[in-house]
Amino acid sequence: MTCSRRHFLKEAVGGTLATVLPLSAFTFISSEEAKAALDSAKVRWAFLVDTTKCIGCGLCVSACKTENEIPYDAPVTRTWVERYVVTKDGQTHIDSPLGGRDGYIDDMIRDEEIPAEEVTKAFFVPKLCNQCDNAPCVQVCPVGATYQTDDGVVLIDREWCIGCGYCIMACPYGVRFFNPETRTAEKCNFCYHRISKGLQPACVQSCAFGARRLANLEDPDDPVTKIITTERVAVLKDEYGTKPHVFYIGLDASVR
Amino acid sequence: MKWHVLRPLWLTIGVVASILIARVFLVPDDFGVHGRNFTYGYYRLSNVQEWKDFTVKYQGRESCRECHEENLVKLNDSPHSAIECENCHGPAIGHPDPVEMLPNDLPREHCLRCHATTDFPFVSKAQVPMVNNRMHRRRRECYECHNPHDPREEVE
Repeated sequence: MTCSRRHFLKEAVGGTLATVLPLSAFTFISSEEAKAALDSAKVRWAFLVDTTKCIGCGLCVSACKTENEIPYDAPVTRTWVERYVVTKDGQTHIDSPLGGRDGYIDDMIRDEEIPAEEVTKAFFVPKLCNQCDNAPCVQVCPVGATYQTDDGVVLIDREWCIGCGYCIMACPYGVRFFNPETRTAEKCNFCYHRISKGLQPACVQSCAFGARRLANLEDPDDPVTKIITTERVAVLKDEYGTKPHVFYIGLDASVR
Repeated sequence: MKWHVLRPLWLTIGVVASILIARVFLVPDDFGVHGRNFTYGYYRLSNVQEWKDFTVKYQGRESCRECHEENLVKLNDSPHSAIECENCHGPAIGHPDPVEMLPNDLPREHCLRCHATTDFPFVSKAQVPMVNNRMHRRRRECYECHNPHDPREEVE
């Protein structure tokens, strides 16, 4: 058996190409598919909450309820503001009457008067859906009524939801609730109807202090993305591995 | 095979087949895996558009400019410039037609959302002037003396 130099080189180059190029490199996609892939890769919605700026006025909660048609006087809300008051004895007093919808205009916490000289620190923490990358609420849905869109937002299909409540139990942040009007599961979706039109979410627009901001993590020029990537931010309950996408500035260890 | 085996077998096959046939008619065409995988992306695709079509209620301050330019100019030049018109007047959807009037006589409690004094060390509250609700002009509304569009200005 002979092996010419030409034959050897031919075989060697062919063999290398066959091993290096994966099969997927030869998959042909239509122009629409290519465009969709590019478009969807451009957006990953995230949120930045600056707790040092929040003064607990509750205008975000009130705007959210009106914008998203959540029953105004029912004790359910897509976003809420918690008041934290830490005292010298190490106790943390937390309250959020009606989700902080009407603001905090007196110092009574759960009908309890806490002497001001006992308080070491006090602050507000706005909360909303974290639009997790590993969303437990989506994993448990038995009917495929909740899902993550290509831009990272977790949505609920109100027509498909059977109201079983598994997702409400699964969310470690307590963000989901049962909407008494639609009789389906309900939660914040970053005002998907607004952000997909280029508007700000209702809570972001109504916040006069810039405590709430929306970010597109795929856009490196987004000023809010720059803060998230370059400054010290924290997320809630990182240990659950849910990969939450609401980032907090000034989060305290007492925040749950 | 014996008859007592065949009968439940055909019954089972029949039930499964009827479920599969019913499924073809009941499950929408666009229901399936659309996202990154089955776990997170198994859904009805048209629902995304349904959410995008949800009605926007808060129109933003620029939508007020057309008719209320003087108020907007005054507001933008005041310490209240960061506050949206709709924070106090409510969502502008349907205004001026058919909703002719938006609320403009908000109670003290609305101003106190930001301006209520507190004995607790809320660092963030240093951003705004504080008013003691129990001491300050208890029987009057805020707008009777202060112009909300420019709080530096006093109303006669």
